[in-house]
Amino acid sequence: MTYPLYVPPEQIIKDRADFARRGARRGLPALALSTADGVLLAARNPSRALRKISEIYDKVGFAAVGKWSEFEALRVAGIRYADLRGYSYDRVDVTARGLAGAYAQTIAAAFTSDPKPLEVEVAVAQVGETQMDDAVFHITFDGAVSDELPWAVLGGAPAGAHETMTEGWRPGLTLPEAGELARAALGALGGGETAFEAAVLTRGAVGRSFVRLAAIP
Amino acid sequence: MTGLPREFFAPGNSFIDFLRAQAPDVLAAAVAPAGGQATLAAPAAASAPTAAAVAPALTAATQTPPTGTTVLALAYRDGVIMAGDRRATQGHQIASREIEKVFPADRFTAIGIAGVAGIAVQLVRLYQLELEHYEKVEGAPLSLTGKANRLATMLRSQLELALRGLAALPLLAGRDPAADGPGRIFAFDVTGGAYEEREFAAVGSGALFAKGSLKKLRKPQGTARAAIRAALGALADAAEEDTGTGGADPARSIYPVVARVDQRGYARIPDGELAKLYGGLT
Repeated sequence: MTYPLYVPPEQIIKDRADFARRGARRGLPALALSTADGVLLAARNPSRALRKISEIYDKVGFAAVGKWSEFEALRVAGIRYADLRGYSYDRVDVTARGLAGAYAQTIAAAFTSDPKPLEVEVAVAQVGETQMDDAVFHITFDGAVSDELPWAVLGGAPAGAHETMTEGWRPGLTLPEAGELARAALGALGGGETAFEAAVLTRGAVGRSFVRLAAIP
Repeated sequence: MTGLPREFFAPGNSFIDFLRAQAPDVLAAAVAPAGGQATLAAPAAASAPTAAAVAPALTAATQTPPTGTTVLALAYRDGVIMAGDRRATQGHQIASREIEKVFPADRFTAIGIAGVAGIAVQLVRLYQLELEHYEKVEGAPLSLTGKANRLATMLRSQLELALRGLAALPLLAGRDPAADGPGRIFAFDVTGGAYEEREFAAVGSGALFAKGSLKKLRKPQGTARAAIRAALGALADAAEEDTGTGGADPARSIYPVVARVDQRGYARIPDGELAKLYGGLT
């Protein structure tokens, strides 16, 4: 008689977390940070076609790292979520908070019950009327959400980047200053000189605020 | 624990297709469910019309212009001008003196509408969102011809409503941001035909008069100012001959909605500027 192999639940979760973390952090990093002029989204990305940063709605933007196919599906789902909400109610009713919740549920459900957890890390950012109203939500591979910081660093080896951001970020940073900080944080992770991808959610814009930039300002 | 439903992850870049699958109740009468009937009133009429019934209804729908309204578009040197009157009618009464019938479809396209107000407004709202949705998902906007074809498809799916006399007809004008020179204009019929027009086009009950006027007034290589003046003149002519078209009302500061699409994108002409041009017109 054979017995099914017993694996403690702690071990199952730990194995899945290790697997997902490795996958999500294998790629080049991305970040979102609040500045005086709007919310800056930046990523190291040698590809011109496969984007890590995207517009979601008027004031809401998206940045992600990990498996492209997986966060691309999340990105499109986010646009659909936002457009459906804005069409059913009103454009002002679409918020980063709502979308972050939906992403957290989706990623957490995949983490616990799908054959394979999603190997992604996502930031959902919203530009407000003032810098106090900005929001940056950071969602990790297990569906955990955090919004304590006015910035989020995704993927890579965030230790060096976190320190750079903690030391360098202050309220009232202008866009060029924030660009310099972003470059330092993303560059601190190493990986050679690769192209950057950047966009800004412009503060005070009427309607759609997402503007793609040719380079980090 | 659940997340976003499965439909959110289906392939595709059309918001309307997504709505059909995920929230058909939100997708109201303007675009009927694929293969089904529009969910609007009259259960007797809701059964699929027979071929014999369709033919006369279709003739009527294609030959009678939508009640009320004149919306026109004309190309000029650097782009295109679209203008629409402000009157909405309900039978013999005036329902509104300041309704708007010209809207930005996206940054480089203007859409004007004639026909049943509720359907027309919803058509515009859905179309604006469809273009924005495509642009966000794909990372690049549709081509101008692509935009016209997409609008034609939307009209095709509301054909059944049109057969019941609930038609809305759009006019589309814009330019490809990359292209130089005059803008392009597309007119439509209720069956979903899209026709690119040279130089100028108009829809609505006053369209005939506006087109006659534009034929004489337009200068294809003229300036934006000359084109706006021609548009205002044509609208004034239409308002004189057609009860469904309202004229400018300087006493109340109500002027037509006039929009320009050039290399900088869509811009509405301020009333103050229109007032000055009107002064020169009369």
